[in-house]
Amino acid sequence: MSIMTEADAKAILDKVIALSEADEATARLNGSIEGNIRFARNNVSTSGVISNTSLSVQSAFGRRTGSASTNEFSDEALARVVRRSEDLARLAPENPEFVPAVGPQQYRASPTFAEATAAITPEDRARVARASIEPCVGAGLVAAGFLEDGQSFTAFANSNGNFGYQRSTAMDYTCTVRTQDGSGSGWVGTNSQDFSTFDPADDIQIAMRKASASAEARALEPGKYTVILEPAAASGLVSFMLNYFDARQADEGRSFLSKAGGGNRLGEQVFDPRVNLYADPWDPNVPVLPWDGEGLPRERMALVEDGKIANLVYSRYWAQKEGKTAVGDPGNMIMTGGTKSTAELVRETERGVLVTRTWYIRMVDPQTVLVTGLTRDGTFYIENGELRYPIKNFRFNESPIIMLNNIDELGRPVRVEGGMMIPAMRLRDFTFTSLSDAV
Amino acid sequence: MDRRRFLAACGIGAGGVLLPGFAGRAIAAQELVTTVDVAVKKRLADAGLSAATAAGASYCDVRIGRYMRQFVITREANVQGITNTESSGIGVRVIADGAWGFAATNDMTAEAVAGAARLAVAIAKANAGSQTEPVQLAPTPALGEVSWRTPIRRNAMEVPIEEKVALLLGVNAAATQAGANFVNSQLFLVNEQKYFASTDGSYIDQDIHRIWAPFSVTAVDQATGKFRERDGLSAPMGMGYEYLEGRAEDKTTAPNGVVSYGMSYDMTEDAVAAARQAREKLSAASVQPGQYDLVLDPNHLGLTIHESIGHPLELDRVLGYEANYAGTSFATLDKQQARFQYGSDIVNVFADKTQAGSLGAVGYDDEGVRTKEWALIDAGKLVDYQKTRDQAHIVGQTESDGCSYADSWSTVQFQRMPNVSLRPGTTPMTAAQMIANVENGIYILGRGSYSIDQQRYNAQFGGTLFYEIKNGEITRPLEDVAYQMRTPEFWNACSGICDETDYRMFGSFFDGKGQPSQVSAVSHGSSTTRFDGINVINTARSLG
Repeated sequence: MSIMTEADAKAILDKVIALSEADEATARLNGSIEGNIRFARNNVSTSGVISNTSLSVQSAFGRRTGSASTNEFSDEALARVVRRSEDLARLAPENPEFVPAVGPQQYRASPTFAEATAAITPEDRARVARASIEPCVGAGLVAAGFLEDGQSFTAFANSNGNFGYQRSTAMDYTCTVRTQDGSGSGWVGTNSQDFSTFDPADDIQIAMRKASASAEARALEPGKYTVILEPAAASGLVSFMLNYFDARQADEGRSFLSKAGGGNRLGEQVFDPRVNLYADPWDPNVPVLPWDGEGLPRERMALVEDGKIANLVYSRYWAQKEGKTAVGDPGNMIMTGGTKSTAELVRETERGVLVTRTWYIRMVDPQTVLVTGLTRDGTFYIENGELRYPIKNFRFNESPIIMLNNIDELGRPVRVEGGMMIPAMRLRDFTFTSLSDAV
Repeated sequence: MDRRRFLAACGIGAGGVLLPGFAGRAIAAQELVTTVDVAVKKRLADAGLSAATAAGASYCDVRIGRYMRQFVITREANVQGITNTESSGIGVRVIADGAWGFAATNDMTAEAVAGAARLAVAIAKANAGSQTEPVQLAPTPALGEVSWRTPIRRNAMEVPIEEKVALLLGVNAAATQAGANFVNSQLFLVNEQKYFASTDGSYIDQDIHRIWAPFSVTAVDQATGKFRERDGLSAPMGMGYEYLEGRAEDKTTAPNGVVSYGMSYDMTEDAVAAARQAREKLSAASVQPGQYDLVLDPNHLGLTIHESIGHPLELDRVLGYEANYAGTSFATLDKQQARFQYGSDIVNVFADKTQAGSLGAVGYDDEGVRTKEWALIDAGKLVDYQKTRDQAHIVGQTESDGCSYADSWSTVQFQRMPNVSLRPGTTPMTAAQMIANVENGIYILGRGSYSIDQQRYNAQFGGTLFYEIKNGEITRPLEDVAYQMRTPEFWNACSGICDETDYRMFGSFFDGKGQPSQVSAVSHGSSTTRFDGINVINTARSLG
């Protein structure tokens, strides 16, 4: 039951819409089967499979809305959920920012489904755990990791005649390898739609090398350094900045994209001209559903072009108020770069710090998007194009806005967790403010 | 990135809130006050226990959960959303061939529960092959059929929506009237109806309530483009709607007039203060970096306790089970054996899941263990950790501390932090008396940004309100303050703790841990506390 076909899903949604007596109704069906395996101390610790399906109905009378849902699909249950959402709508206060449901849309399907991921079995997950643990046991190292995978479907319909259905899959693997005495730690991660392209035997070697090589780290003085942030390290900072591309927030004067004196900074040069950021639901590396949560079609949308603010994200209400056209909220984010691998960036670095991963990043000052956090699981000093020695982890206090104005070179983008493609990047004057004893 | 994450990432609906763990189906308000018949739950649970045992499990527990939430979300004069959600289902955990297995279903039939139990056994057996250390459970008494309920006076789920909307819109109007440019306010109400049954012979029915009433006020200086936020000083609590009564006896007024709250909260009064203070922040002096004596209000210190004592003393982190995500801990087993000097000798830290009004309070944990209180740090020395049934034997103990929790029927229970609190000082002392003895210090109230490394050594904390202390007097507000610390040095710099009349609870509603990530809610009690010679940095930057 968890994964319905398009025909089964449409039959249920059609019934729900036909039952509605409200001015408008929207119904959404979601189902998923998710599996995971977790291991630590070279043993499997937990593993499970969870399945769930639910139907939600939103009804509107004028500007009053109510929603209700169920996981039963008999005719009686469908009638009950529709009546309940209508009862709630009649009781709700008027929402001055109410926007009617979207009309019929044409969606171009995006490649979010991979058969191999949907077919994962408990044995497959156990095999991934073994492929991670056994080489570590052999090398006297300790593995802790996690694989989660899932398949799902999303379907919706509304009383304006709109309908959408698509299936998706996803998997995410991470593994931290530590030396037995706890003096070294390395990490690797793979995020993908498609389990068939994933080989833990390759990944684990990276984490093992970093674990061994990071033992006995030396302390460097905190200060400003040239750094190479690997993609997973860079994404932690850049994703914080995306918080502030909301047009309303900028227009209201509470974003780094607000303009002194009023208005926003659309069109202004805010970053180094090599910075380009865009969303694209059909990107083959990081596809997402071709509609947003309100059923508005997503489009390829640039947020930053050649370092200039190219677009801000408008809610349908704010677009209507400001006389703009709303498009579907972005579901992914792609930052372009060059062609070089992290290793090639290292080879061309005279002196600097290689950062595998960033950790516990929190906003310090929203005015400047100053964030703090730490390096983790493999931080190395680079001299004359080589990793010379491991160094102790640093705390940084840095703004991604400042960071993306201090670009030395961008590497090849790779997919990371969170729906992002992002390159490794070599940056000047990255601000480390204190040392951490943590390994 | 799904829409929920992207909304959060984009901050859409400025001040918008992420709702981790709050997924679920929406339901009608009247359903929030109903409960499922215990006899029905026992029958379903027994179906799971029998099926697991028949399939070869040596242990099984079945959790039948009905997790209900109501959120009311407003900004200025608008109600942005009223959502009632329910998530119901059954999670079955087993041990077979010495390994754990888990499966969950939202199909509330005996057949589906039995199916989930068999799947959990199959998963356990698939994993047993690579298992080198079979699971060992510390014994826990069979409890028979028992029940527990959060001692609430007014069930928040029964309070009419109109009353909640009127409260929040009143808060927003008061803040706007007092000079706020923007104000977002919310109510988060949680009711966990949890039934637990195990092959050990326990059947436990619990009804747990929590409440949180946060707001955020923004002041904007449009001419300069500067903006400042001031969040509310409430704490999420394990209470009913009575928390919002704002009784006079629950208020504490600092020497400079800032009001803090204990077992009840006056949201409107705090919003008016917030508007004034947010505007004050726009022109407050930027801190001179350096060493200061810090006087930390309980509603600030709670988060520092959480990060630098609560997390490092989770035994699963110490052992390496969280190495791939939350991290490990500097507080290793050898340090406990050597009674490591974690803090100065006035630092006494206790763990519990029993304090009235706390977020952690329950009668029994999620593996059927009766809850209790125990010492973690005694006269500054590390003496114990937080444990579940499968961990006790690792530190030579014979019983669990009752620290098992799952945030949903669909997630597997594991070791989560209980309430971790700093015991008040034994010498009578108020915050005003403490401040009067500080020559060069900063008084910090409320939570701000917080970040700590994966072994819990190096941390950096901001706050909500900062005040300069010179020669025993609060002189002026400060901005751009953050302190950096190394955990043992920080707690060994603790030089004064106010007495029990100043004891209040801070709360964390969305503490994240585990993979898949789960949230839990936990309180941290303390009195106002002084730390000497702490490194303060200035966080102001220029974007050019």
